[in-house]
Amino acid sequence: MQYDDELIEEVTVRLLKTAATTLPTDVLEALERARQTETDQVAKVQLETILKNVELGEMHMLPMCQDTGLPLFYISGHCDEAIIPAIRRGVERATMTIPLRPNVVDPITRMNSGNNLGDMMPLIHFEPADHEHTDITLMMKGAGSENMSALRMLTPTQGIKGIKEFILDTVVTAGGKPCPPVIVGVGVGGTADLACHLAKKALLRPINRRSENDSLRHIEIEMTEALNRTGIGPMGLGGRSTVLGVNIESASCHTASLPVAVSLQCWAARRASARIFPNGRALFSTEGFW
Amino acid sequence: MKALGAPLSEEAVRSLHAGDEVTISGLVYTARDEAHMRAMEMHERGDPLPFDLQGMAVYHCGPIVVQDGDGWKLVAAGPTTSSRMNSIEPSFIKAFGVRAVIGKGGMSKPTIEAMKECGCIYLAFTGGAAVLASQGIKDVRKVDWLDLGMPEAIWQLETDGFGPLIVAIDAHGHSLYDDVDKKVCANVKGIRKDLGL
Repeated sequence: MQYDDELIEEVTVRLLKTAATTLPTDVLEALERARQTETDQVAKVQLETILKNVELGEMHMLPMCQDTGLPLFYISGHCDEAIIPAIRRGVERATMTIPLRPNVVDPITRMNSGNNLGDMMPLIHFEPADHEHTDITLMMKGAGSENMSALRMLTPTQGIKGIKEFILDTVVTAGGKPCPPVIVGVGVGGTADLACHLAKKALLRPINRRSENDSLRHIEIEMTEALNRTGIGPMGLGGRSTVLGVNIESASCHTASLPVAVSLQCWAARRASARIFPNGRALFSTEGFW
Repeated sequence: MKALGAPLSEEAVRSLHAGDEVTISGLVYTARDEAHMRAMEMHERGDPLPFDLQGMAVYHCGPIVVQDGDGWKLVAAGPTTSSRMNSIEPSFIKAFGVRAVIGKGGMSKPTIEAMKECGCIYLAFTGGAAVLASQGIKDVRKVDWLDLGMPEAIWQLETDGFGPLIVAIDAHGHSLYDDVDKKVCANVKGIRKDLGL
């Protein structure tokens, strides 16, 4: 496939800049609501600090968090791997110009590449579809929340109860480490690897949009309410705001398995999308194209 | 809100209690996993560190810093997850006389004990609040161990009213995280029941 390499590089830089400096509206609204409902003094200080920080980041166009994460790309529609070199150049340029923190290291030697490029990094997922346009969605995933990811291979008999229990256990075990209030992404079904992929992808859906599947929607609502009663609170210092939302995605699975994965997203839920049309026009959004 | 100045005295540190809101001014040293490991290795070999941490505050932070002429300019500097340093922090506090550890998420029992014994506190800064953090940092004085990479190097930061910080673990063995853990444990019992688990 032929791409306008310059355009793709520009779009990549812009996505990284937007995501690093601007919080999506749905997340900002949820944080504002959380601030209004907190009564605990320490929790209030945390949420006020977060909101003030978001405002400053946007005003000065600076990364809201120093852990600018690993850039993860989800490319769908009219797409193939010929787009990769331009995306990599965009990541390298954005690292210098925004700037982003160079986070990519060799897993064994821990040597930092200095430009956020590495083996299979940035991670790029493809979902080709018969569209004229190409959608590029970026998630900047920090390590504080990523380190709390979990996978459990449930038995089919554990069912919905098992899913709820695993979500609860994961959030409670994580405590303050993933920078709550967090967004909980859950992947149900598929294989071990697909469940993890779905859990991550669930974090791309705006938190004010519920699942279209009745059972999953019910779990999303029930678990959001339950997790906010744990008392973990912002930054694990206590309070009512532990999660901003629970998003669940699912896939069919083997009759003998029930894989469930949980991916936590810190309050700094940095994502941005671009839709590129054949004429070179590009639309941008932090809430994706749904 | 109480204003602290580094270097900190043992008396100043022991006068604080879990839940207090403070700010800090003066030199603060960033240190993460790799810097903690190197410092302890050097200490065990009897080699002196290129800086003196006595009475100082260590900040669990891997900042974004850009070169600015001969010096450095800070872009963003929020806290990282402190629990990664759990295994090494007690000996680090004892070896270097650190009086405050700034981070997020809290630390485990051995660190709480070391803080009680040596007179050191844990100050929680809001995770991710990196731009606000950098507003309380006036200057980057020096960097050591840049070979570890930008996030893992030791950056000496000149702070002025850095905060708001919450005394989350005081020098009397009181940890806000332990209080929260106890409450969460009790709450989870009720939640499990309501969810039919």
